[in-house]
Amino acid sequence: MDIFLQQLINGLVLGSIYALIALGYTMVYGILELINFAHGEVTMMGAMICIAVMGALLSAGGLPAIVVLALGLAAAISICMVLGYSIERVAYRPLRGAPRLAPLITAIGMSIVLQNTAMLIWGKQYLTFPKLFEPQRYEWAGAHVTSLQILIVVLAITLMGALLLLVHRTRLGRAMRATAQSPELAGLMGINPNTVISFTFIIGAALGAVAGVMVSAYYGLAHYYMGFLLGLKAFTAAVLGGIGNVAGAMLGGMLLGIIESLGAGYIGPLTGGFLGSHYQDVFAFFVLIVMLVFRPSGLLGERVGERA
Amino acid sequence: MTPSAKADADMLLALQGVSKQFGGLAALSDVSLGVAQGEIYGLIGPNGAGKTTLFNVVTGLYSPDHGVVRLGETLLSGCKPHEVVTRGLARTFQNIRLFANMTALENVMVGRHVRTQAGVLGAIFRGATTRAEESAIERRAHELLNYVGVGTHAQRLARHLSYGDQRRLEIARALATDPQLLALDEPAAGMNAIETAALQELLQRVRADGVTILLIEHDVRLVMDLCDRVAVLDYGKKIAEGAPSTVRNDPVVIEAYLGGAA
Amino acid sequence: MRDWQRRWRGWKRNRQVVLGAWIVIGIVLALLPFVTGATLGRGWVRIIDFALLYVMLALGLNIVVGYAGLLDLGYIAFYAVGAYVYALLASPHFGLHWPVWMALPLGATVAAVFGVLLGSPTLRLRGDYLAIVTLGFGEIIRIFLNNLNAPFNLTNGPQGINLIDPIRIVDLGFSETYTVFGISFPPTHNYYYLFLTLTLAIIFISIRLQDSRIGRAWVAIREDEIAAAATGINTRNVKLLAFAMGATFGGVSGGLFAGFQGFISPESFNLFESIIVLCMVVLGGMGNIAGVILGAVLLTTFPEALRYLGELQYMVFGQVFVDAADLRMLVFGMALVLIMIFRPAGILPSMRRRRELGADAPVAAQEQASLYDAQR
Repeated sequence: MDIFLQQLINGLVLGSIYALIALGYTMVYGILELINFAHGEVTMMGAMICIAVMGALLSAGGLPAIVVLALGLAAAISICMVLGYSIERVAYRPLRGAPRLAPLITAIGMSIVLQNTAMLIWGKQYLTFPKLFEPQRYEWAGAHVTSLQILIVVLAITLMGALLLLVHRTRLGRAMRATAQSPELAGLMGINPNTVISFTFIIGAALGAVAGVMVSAYYGLAHYYMGFLLGLKAFTAAVLGGIGNVAGAMLGGMLLGIIESLGAGYIGPLTGGFLGSHYQDVFAFFVLIVMLVFRPSGLLGERVGERA
Repeated sequence: MTPSAKADADMLLALQGVSKQFGGLAALSDVSLGVAQGEIYGLIGPNGAGKTTLFNVVTGLYSPDHGVVRLGETLLSGCKPHEVVTRGLARTFQNIRLFANMTALENVMVGRHVRTQAGVLGAIFRGATTRAEESAIERRAHELLNYVGVGTHAQRLARHLSYGDQRRLEIARALATDPQLLALDEPAAGMNAIETAALQELLQRVRADGVTILLIEHDVRLVMDLCDRVAVLDYGKKIAEGAPSTVRNDPVVIEAYLGGAA
Repeated sequence: MRDWQRRWRGWKRNRQVVLGAWIVIGIVLALLPFVTGATLGRGWVRIIDFALLYVMLALGLNIVVGYAGLLDLGYIAFYAVGAYVYALLASPHFGLHWPVWMALPLGATVAAVFGVLLGSPTLRLRGDYLAIVTLGFGEIIRIFLNNLNAPFNLTNGPQGINLIDPIRIVDLGFSETYTVFGISFPPTHNYYYLFLTLTLAIIFISIRLQDSRIGRAWVAIREDEIAAAATGINTRNVKLLAFAMGATFGGVSGGLFAGFQGFISPESFNLFESIIVLCMVVLGGMGNIAGVILGAVLLTTFPEALRYLGELQYMVFGQVFVDAADLRMLVFGMALVLIMIFRPAGILPSMRRRRELGADAPVAAQEQASLYDAQR
């Protein structure tokens, strides 16, 4: 029972991070029907920038830890917003109306560029997240929770709530939803699709940056290659929830995190030690495949029945 | 058993008690009808009456909740779309669905797929049998393009044909599968008077060459001129069936078409 | 501008010119390893060998993506299956030493079976969903390769399999150096001719399939799946066939890779490799055999050529600022972006796509394009 609870908590933390990244994928897909492959790298950049800025501030000294963290996070978010905007301008906008796979290749190209830029700037070794606070540990029904875990989940949920408000309650959100339905019609209604698309990338990048900082804080490490698997998992989460659907990305992210943690915790005992916890990633993909085969549009996705 | 069910036995296409529900909505309820060998049978009704649903049930895109569909002796209900074609029923679509980036000729050649054999090994080694089959496919495709009157556009991409030619090409592609019955979903939609007249002439030729036709159409004049018999659907039920002139004067049909407006 | 096009067309029709061109290509291909070895060095012959392996892979993926329009992001798995089957049957790992004419076809067959196994539950999915599921399958296979060293040591885990038998046909060992008429044929050259032969065979098969009943069915499915089914094509079987064919090519290529390299590990088969092969197909020009070959050759040789960036920096600036190995992937990524922006349908688009994007693009698309222009 305590394993279950412990893994559930770990899964929830991991899931909140996946969900934040998945939002970036799903919003872009909802509007452009494009897999923004470079989004994982934006997340990585967020983590690296935050650590670098905090490192510089700490070595300068004199600032309280909370200010250092806030400045690091602010730097990561703002630079990633610029990155998100530029990626769309450089790699995707020139290819609107091009064959469908062309933007996928530029996305891959951007992803390679970002990864290697990060490698050139910060090198190939792991960067460590500075220890700013001593995290509190709480014990609850036999499971451990740290204050950092609580912070991650609360912050993620707050951001997701804010995003839902933005999408459903503001002019920009309405413009986004209209553009997702039909860019041409939205254009006729006086909405500039390019502005909406730019904002979508910027918001997605900001959420990704926060998620990147969370991951590096949670594991204490960041690396130029971390964006790849993270992005892959988050995209999986977006598909799991029903790609293009904002609430779906949140649900998918949480579910994937929990499935992975529980899978890693139980796969050994369940298979009599035949399969170890290295199979954690298999578990995530396996669930995804099974789900897509039985419900191809994802958990909350709309059924877009092909009309004859 | 409805009185007509017995007569359905010698029909080419027979539907018996076909029902189809979407959610709570009954798109088709207990529809029975029969299309005789060699006739042109029209299916009319107000928008949303279930005509296209019936088409999709007949051609295997949907399977009916109740009832059976037969083509001659063989059962169609439960078949997949490609199996329906194999059994001798080909269709066109209301919103034309050609292979847009293939040439007109290639579109019709794809139609021969179901009546030809060559597999991967045949394609690689291209023996005498495969070569003979390929040239037969091409010859037949050219014939059909000429038959429907787009022979001069054989090498153009389907997407670059005019609207009327695209409709004709779709018919040629369906005919390439050697159907016993050709099901056309609003073939005259969007056509002008001249194109419609040409289409009418084409369909009469098709029928004269022994292919039975099932037709959904909005153009009332075309239906009256062309069809031997007509069935009227309303709210998923068959409300009338018979010769066009009889059906036209049926008060139930007039009510169905004008009822909402009156 | 138009003049060279007309001249080009004239040449294409002239039989003697065409024959002459083929003879020249033949001579170039026959002498390539020697010329390359003499000018650029032995290392480049090895790179050309790899380029040929990638040409086979890319042509296999081209059947799946280019012809049938099924976006497969886990294609490298079939390469892995072919490589591992060959490696397990011809290495000290199990003490088996099967001859190549048994191990290689078996590897290709097992890869094809995997293609069907992976394909059958997923073919209902379309577009990006298929992409993510195939990607998942590719990763699953890699993870299994990584971990199947326990409880029973099948794959030897992350260490991979060593000392794989070199390819040997009857008495001809490809990893030995032969001297014929005073000309020395080192292993890289021998493998070159073997790979070239198989590549030509795969090109031939691709061309034959393209203009066949099956090839038309694949394109029909890519164009409109519902219409294809309504025209009597068993879409499920025809798609599975595309998967199986693509996987077979991948399996052959993988087996050759294992024999050539003598060592394989799961790391050779990661997602990045799948993506690179997809890039080769799309960048060269999906569906066009010449384009795909060009894409594969470019993307294999270009990163290698970028290794000279260090020397270039030294020549220009008198010192090396950034290590060439670190810089080359960056340049590679930028090149991918730039090429796609300037040639969205690939460097050599297929006939179909060229027409698709031609001046006679449909009115609706033009309208849409101008709509975007107006808002820019």
